[in-house]
Amino acid sequence: MTDSATAAGQPAAPRRTPLTAVHEQLGASLTDFAGWLMPLRYGSETAEHNAVRTAAGLFDLSHMGEFSVTGSDAAAALDYALTGEPSALKPGRARYTMISAEDGGVIDDLIVYRLADAEFLIVANAANTGPVGAALAERMAGFDATLTDRTDDYALIAVQGPRSAAILAARTSIKLAEVKYYASYPAQVAGRAVLLARTGYTGEDGFEIFAAPQDAEYLWAELGKAGAGDGLIPAGLAARDTLRLEAGMPLYGNELGRDITPFDAGLGRVVKLDKPGGFVGRDALAQRAQEDPARQLVGLTLQSRRVPRHGYTVLSGGQPAGVVTSGAPSPTLGVPIAMAYVRPDVPAIATDPTRAGTADLAVDVRGRAEPATLVELPFYRRRS
Amino acid sequence: MTVPSELYYTPEHEWVAISGSSASVGITDHAQRALGDVVFVSVPAVGARVSSGEPCGEVESTKSVSDLYSPVDGEVTEVNAEIDDDPGLVNSDPYGSGWLFKVKLDETDGDVPPGLLSASEYTALTQEDE
Repeated sequence: MTDSATAAGQPAAPRRTPLTAVHEQLGASLTDFAGWLMPLRYGSETAEHNAVRTAAGLFDLSHMGEFSVTGSDAAAALDYALTGEPSALKPGRARYTMISAEDGGVIDDLIVYRLADAEFLIVANAANTGPVGAALAERMAGFDATLTDRTDDYALIAVQGPRSAAILAARTSIKLAEVKYYASYPAQVAGRAVLLARTGYTGEDGFEIFAAPQDAEYLWAELGKAGAGDGLIPAGLAARDTLRLEAGMPLYGNELGRDITPFDAGLGRVVKLDKPGGFVGRDALAQRAQEDPARQLVGLTLQSRRVPRHGYTVLSGGQPAGVVTSGAPSPTLGVPIAMAYVRPDVPAIATDPTRAGTADLAVDVRGRAEPATLVELPFYRRRS
Repeated sequence: MTVPSELYYTPEHEWVAISGSSASVGITDHAQRALGDVVFVSVPAVGARVSSGEPCGEVESTKSVSDLYSPVDGEVTEVNAEIDDDPGLVNSDPYGSGWLFKVKLDETDGDVPPGLLSASEYTALTQEDE
């Protein structure tokens, strides 16, 4: 066998997180991800995926980039730097947002947490920590705002899944019932001071715990013990990818990139064109908001067991009509699923009742057209 | 990682068990570990001709897809129907119930078909990978 669909590694020795030694002790399969040595899976990635859907999973996300922005102009500076409106956030709340280039392309998608009136925490993708830091630094000029790269100051541990609140409740100082989705609080977890946020990237309820690196191994062990009776198991990046794909969440480098605007990705809601003052990328994005989209992000399921992968061609009427951005066998649905950018007329053709039965849509899976069905995103939505 | 001494191996991580004019084929423990959970295996049909070093199927796992190469020349006599219902057998028992197909060999002069590796040669190859 030879791999024909795995990404090439990076030449430099990958960085270790505060938990890499723990992953090695657990026998994890480690992989170089965005320059970090990360657990791909501990055992079966399907079992890890299912644990997050039915019980809980424990993730090391310490590779993610963190930046703090402080100062009397911090809110105004971020309104200028990002597509969203962080100044409208109440302290303790968080928002999914993006940082755009002048031409409207996406530099990264981010979560911005307002920790206090004049203090924000921004979480960036590991692969984009450099470009995000550079863009933010440039955009802070002229504001009374200080940007600090805090990536090395935080270990980030996530507990995700329907049992996560029950598992954490016994080990934390705060009442989790009062922690809203997309909110964060300074808290004690297992006696250690952390920032506890109700956020995630799995489509389940869950928490992300920003902790001091020296507390990471202790917290990982304590959370593992706290969750053992509830079915919590460590989960790696392979499960994280299928979980976010089922939840219809975009991944930078797949659904998002410098050549893609938030509108292409169906995420125009993160662009606040009407916020006071300008922001980087506003003119291009305002124009883009007026135009008919050049492409549309859609969900596909396949009847075949052959799996559509990133980069495969979508066919409509036998002709190329788009490209798969992410694809995987879905553990929850039991069939291959994919997100794809298609020509904007493709969804209407595929769902036109007068053309029913034409089996119009397919994915070219290594030379063979596998019939595909257009489905609404997300593929999976939790019962809340 | 398990590398049974009585089997022969390809550099592409298939194993082959040769008994007289018949050969059984599967993928190695090293391969299944590298792939992760196998979700689908396409194998050649019974009666199909396979040639050593030529692709004859594919192995789909969560993260990737890999071509399956035949270790030998011959005609496929049997495929493991259980794999269709339970592809996870390739992960849980790669050298046993996770076998993939059987071949009637073209040449049965008793020599090991050319290009195959012994268990020790294959072990050395996989250690180079790591």
